[in-house]
Parts: sequence; C-alpha cells; structure tokens
Amino acid sequence: MDMYGWLQLTAFVVLLLLLTKPMGLYLVRVLDGEGRTFLDPVLKPVELLFYRIFRVDRKQEQDWKQYTVSLLIFSLIGLLFTYLILRIQHLLPLNPQGFGPLSSDLAFNTAASFTTNTNWQSYGGESTMSYFSQMVGLTFHNFVSAAVGIAVAAALVRGIARHTAKTIGNFWVDMVRANLYLLLPICLFFALFLVSQGMIQNFKAYDTAKVVESYTIQVVKKDNAGQEIKDKQGKTVMEDKKIDTQTISQGPMASQVAVKMLGTNGGGFTNANAAHPFENPTPLTNFIQMLSIFLIPSGLTYFLGRTVKNRRHGWAIWGAMAILFLAGVLVCWQAESAGNPHLTALGIERAGGNMEGKEARFGIFNSALFATVTTDASCGAVNSMHDSFTPLGGLVPLVNIELGEVVFGGVGAGLYGMLVFVILTVFLAGLMVGRTPEYLGKKIEAYDVKVSVLAVLVLCFSILGFAAWAAVSSWGILGLANTGPHGLSELLYAYSSSVGNNGSAFAGLNANTPWLNITLGIAMLIGRFLFIVPVMALAGSLAGKKLVPESAGSFPVSGLPFIILLIATVLIVGALTFFPALALGPIVEHFIMTGSGKLL
Amino acid sequence: MIKNIFNELRISLLATLCLAVLLCGIYPGVVWLFAQGIFPAQANGSLISVKGQVIGSSLLAQRFTGPGYFHPRPSAAGDGYDATSSGGSNLGPTSQKLIAAVKERSAAYRAENNLAPAILIPVDAVTASASGLDPHISVENALLQASRVAIARGISEEQLRKMIASRTAGRDLGIFGESRVNVLLLNLDMSGKQ
Repeated sequence: MDMYGWLQLTAFVVLLLLLTKPMGLYLVRVLDGEGRTFLDPVLKPVELLFYRIFRVDRKQEQDWKQYTVSLLIFSLIGLLFTYLILRIQHLLPLNPQGFGPLSSDLAFNTAASFTTNTNWQSYGGESTMSYFSQMVGLTFHNFVSAAVGIAVAAALVRGIARHTAKTIGNFWVDMVRANLYLLLPICLFFALFLVSQGMIQNFKAYDTAKVVESYTIQVVKKDNAGQEIKDKQGKTVMEDKKIDTQTISQGPMASQVAVKMLGTNGGGFTNANAAHPFENPTPLTNFIQMLSIFLIPSGLTYFLGRTVKNRRHGWAIWGAMAILFLAGVLVCWQAESAGNPHLTALGIERAGGNMEGKEARFGIFNSALFATVTTDASCGAVNSMHDSFTPLGGLVPLVNIELGEVVFGGVGAGLYGMLVFVILTVFLAGLMVGRTPEYLGKKIEAYDVKVSVLAVLVLCFSILGFAAWAAVSSWGILGLANTGPHGLSELLYAYSSSVGNNGSAFAGLNANTPWLNITLGIAMLIGRFLFIVPVMALAGSLAGKKLVPESAGSFPVSGLPFIILLIATVLIVGALTFFPALALGPIVEHFIMTGSGKLL
Repeated sequence: MIKNIFNELRISLLATLCLAVLLCGIYPGVVWLFAQGIFPAQANGSLISVKGQVIGSSLLAQRFTGPGYFHPRPSAAGDGYDATSSGGSNLGPTSQKLIAAVKERSAAYRAENNLAPAILIPVDAVTASASGLDPHISVENALLQASRVAIARGISEEQLRKMIASRTAGRDLGIFGESRVNVLLLNLDMSGKQ
C-alpha cells in the first residue's frame, strides 16, 4: 500500500465528490419532462419527433402500474430484438470475420444479460460477435437498460417527493430523455477521449501482423474431422505448429466502451474486457473509466436530496456509500498487495503483490480499485481477473455484489436499491423506539415494508438457491476451472453476479453450456425485474400517502446516526444471508492459502 | 386492458427502432468519423509497419523467446499471445496448476538470466497478465534481462539501459498507474541497431 496508491485514491474520491453536485443538478433537469438543458437547441426537436412517432403524449403521466407495464413490455421487445440479431448475425452486415449465428442458449443468455444491464458474457467478444451484433444488438441495451434503471430511480424519487398523488411520471419520457440528454452527449466526448489514448474505432477486418520473432508451439493434434487424436495409452497426441503471424482483432470499440462504463453495463468488447490493451490502453483511461462508472450513481444521490427538498438526506446516503466503498477498497488493496505466499516461497519478490491476472500498467492498486468500483456499482467490467485474486481480495467484489450493489450502484439501480434499505432502516429505527416509522413526512406502513423485504428476499433466494443447485449438479461442477473451495466461489460468484446484474465473473468457470447459460439467464431476469416490480409498487404507495407534519419523534434521515444505522442495515442483511456460503468459499480458502501446506 | 397492451407493444417496437437508429447507427458512425479523422493511428489499432508490412501493434504483446530479445509477461491468451482470444489463466491463488507453472517459469527465468539465488524475481515476470496481451513489463524485470540481451547482441549493458529508459513510460500525469517498459518497441529499437 504505497504513497501513489493513496494519492490516486484521494484523487478519485475528491473528483467524484466535486462531480456529484453538477451531475445531480443536470439530472434534475433531464428527469423533469419540462426541464431545459443547454442541449435543447439540438436535441429538443429529436425528442419531440420521437414522441410524435410513438404517438405518446409527453404531458400524460402514468400511475405505477402503467409505468411498470410500459417498462416490462419495452424490455421484452428489446430482449427479442437482440436475441434475433444474435441468431441471424451471419445474415447481417458488418461481419468481416464471417462469424456464424450464436446457439439458442447462448443467444438467450446474452440477450437476457444485456437487457438486464448485467452484461454477463458466456462468449468471447472478439471470437464470437460480428461488429453489427456488438454495435446494434449489444450497444442498444448498453444505452436503454441504463436509461430504464435511471427511469425507475426517478419514478421512486418522485414517489417519495410527492404526496396524495396518483402518478409518478411517464416511462417513455424518462427513458428517452435519459438517453438523449444524459448518456448520448457524454458518450460522444468520452469515446473520442478513449480513441485519443489508443482505443480502436473502425469497421475493418482483423489485421494479420507478421511477428518479429516466429516461434513453434505444441498444439493438440486433430484428425480431419476435428477430433483429438489419442495414442495407445489414451494420451492426447501433440504436434508442433509454427507461428509467424498474430491476428489483431478490430472493431467499433470506443463507441461501445464509453456507454459500457457510463451506463454501468460492463460488457466487454473483447473477452479480456477492460484488461485488454485496446479496451483500456493507459492508466489515464483506466482512471476516467472508473470515475465514469460512479458518475451518474453519485449524481443521483444529489438528485434525490434536491428533489425531496432535503439535501442533507442525499449527502447522508452519499456518505454511507462512500464509507462502504472505502472499506472495500482498503481490504482488497491490502489483500492483493500482500501477495500470494505460495509464490513468494518460490523466490519471487513479495513487494510486487499478487500480479497473476493483472496488467503491468495498472498494477495492484488500480486493479483493486477497479474491482471494488465495478462491483459496488453493477458495472461488471474488469481490468484484472477476479478469479486469480487472493481469497480476501476476491471476497470484496463478491460481497459488494451480494450486498445488492447499493454502494453508488448501477445507474438508477444503485439508488433504488439503497432506498429500499433506507425504508428498512427507518422501519428498524421505528421498531427500536416503538413509534410508527416515518420517512420524509410519510408513514411507512406494513405494505411498504412488505414490498421492500420482498425485493431483498428475491435477491437472496435466487443467489443462494441457484448456486446451491449448481453446486450439487453435474452440469454446475463440469464448468469449474478450479477445485475445492475456490470452485464453490466460482459458482457463488456466477449466480451473485447474474442475480445482482453485475456481469463480472470468476472467469475460469466455463459458463457457455446450455444449463449454465439458461439458469444464469433466468437468474438475471429474476434479479432485474422481480426487484423492479416491488420497487415500483413502493413508489406508487409512497406517492399516494398524505404528509404528516414532522415532530420531535421523527427519525432524522441525515447525520451520523442515520448513516451508521443505514450501513449497519445493509451489512446485517448481507452478512446474515451470505456469511455461511462465504465461509465455505473464500474464507476457508484464505486459511488454506496462509496456513501450512497441510491443508492443501 | 388488451388494447392497452397492444398500444404499449406498438410504442415499444417504434421506440426500439428509433433509438437503435440514433444510438446504434448515428452515434457510433459519428464517433467513427471523428476518430478516423483526428486519431487515425489509434483508431486503427496503433499498428506498426516495417516496409509496408504490419508487424504488430504497439499495444499488444508478442511472444519473444530468443536470448537477444526482451521477453514479455507470460500469456494465457489462447495458445499464448493470441489477439483473437484475450484472457487470463483464471487460476486461483491456491491452484496447484498455478503454483507449478510459476515454479517452472521462475526456474527458467533464473537460468536464462543467470541470476544468483539471493536475487528475487519480479512477480510480473512469472505471472500471466489479465489480457494475455500485456505489452509492458516492469522496469525491474527489464533491467534483470538486460545483461542476457547485451551479451547475446554484443552491445554494452549501459547502452541497453539507456534504450530501456527511452521505452519506459512513467506514471500517467505523474501519479496514475505504474512505470512500465514496452517490450515490442524496445525489441524493435534493438533490431534497428543491429
């Protein structure tokens, strides 16, 4: 844990803090149908044209059920749209490598993955996807799934801010405005910055380079049918293969990566995601990419405070998030810096830390920070391979996801997830003092607590249920790259990541099998939409409530006691649910790694 | 109710098409135009050509095994350094496979660079990178390889150190990331000298 790490961490937090208010103020304008922005001269005509084509009355607000129905149907159409593109990509343009169609289970998994803002990838981008599939099939959801998340957050915040109201906004207006005024303009500049640093943006076929020093490798010998040849002892026969070229993958990457980060999507253009030198060429792109993950989620806390006319409440939530964020970074950074004792025993310098699966330009600190940021938010892009982290270093991303990704969180999803915990916190505080809980002048009643708990339970049950099922099934164990407790961590991580709509992986798991593709795809849909529906119900219920005047007995939702109680609620719900499973995975592996070789 | 659902379906279809045109057609096209116009080298993969023949990208590692070249970090991309199959080993910290692989690489690194047992090996030299295409190695790693390369090439170690320094990038803006040496560019510099 060196000085440069502390400097970079300070720069990150200070910049995030400085950007929060301007972003929040801009969000206030974007998420108000009548709001004016400096982009109106260019974009207002486009926005109005869209409403005319859709035949949507932008002044007509929806109640929570109508809002939810619009959202669900729009998502369903998007899911089918992408599924279709992936199934027929060989018939579509912009496929210079001539990639064939995806199998039905992989196409379902991928379509579900991008529709739900998860961006779990059972495929390797540069060896599977045509440019058209990347640019249209996947990038479409990078924009709209982020906009849907922001829309849900906006609806919930309106529900909190309004009283005795029936409606909570118009889904189409929120979704269109989030895309047009927020995501699109930032991405344009962001993408060009990324290109300036070395990211690719082209439509040409892959280049073939004649390498400087040709070499020979041993490869598995195959017969004409593509089957491995075995010798008499049943061993695989190897043969020499001379390599004198390197095929360099290309494509329209920058436009996709900009929105992948800003929209907390995380789906890599290449298999190695943000570790690939094209996809994250310099430490500077790495830093800005990390900042862009938190930009909108952080601004949304200010949007909340401003909209409910209690700015200190917004900052209190920001504070709780920042504390949980820092705790994660420090644990992960410390664990990765400490390195792997099994390797230092081989005469390898300890100070270098655990560099397996990390890039030299990022080093330990930036890998640990990225891993924390990408899982605090529901981004899931990775600049290092989490599977090769030390047990405690890898525990941090896993726990971040299992806490519900409420530490800044996904765009929109982080805020509405955290607000569910706020309702639970207020409820617990009410129980402690024996009063009807109130939140910003509204009585929190049985219905509100029920839907909040329902949302939380959906996540817990899906993660543990699916992971347990996979762990006792041959189809689950078949895909594992590591055995023992680390193998369990791989499965647990996969379902946590899917249900939590994160998308990062302990990537040794070979997830591209029908069973895993389908169960993971279902887990993503459950984690997204069975969470959104109760949240929308909560929004509707809160909007309809009467205001009760604040009294001496009202629980203040700002200040240190609230922050501590909120953090405690998040941690207790997470810990009680997942601690037993974590004890069998990363925690036991930590003792295996640091203990004597006897445990191995 | 049914009529309402049909209406939502109609809007969803139209919204999907309209947004796809804007966000998946116009937006990437505009980025492409500006990228190709302002930063053509970067936008096309930072390719390096010698006499019109592309020989690699300055951002992607290639395999080097000869004693006269600096060696990049180990790669788990495909069969090694496969730029169509990026990725790491994904082996966990207690994996026997990982420990065995690092043991083998350490022994080889010690032998080829003629290192005394007391000298500790830089960790980046014997661990696979995340992408398998990491173009960089640490400065310590480059310096430990310098004497081997100097002998193989018949140039002075001091001259080689200067060449390493010229291909060393410091932390971005003085604080971000790590100092690092670009292996391919350094090897090309030397080939030019020979």
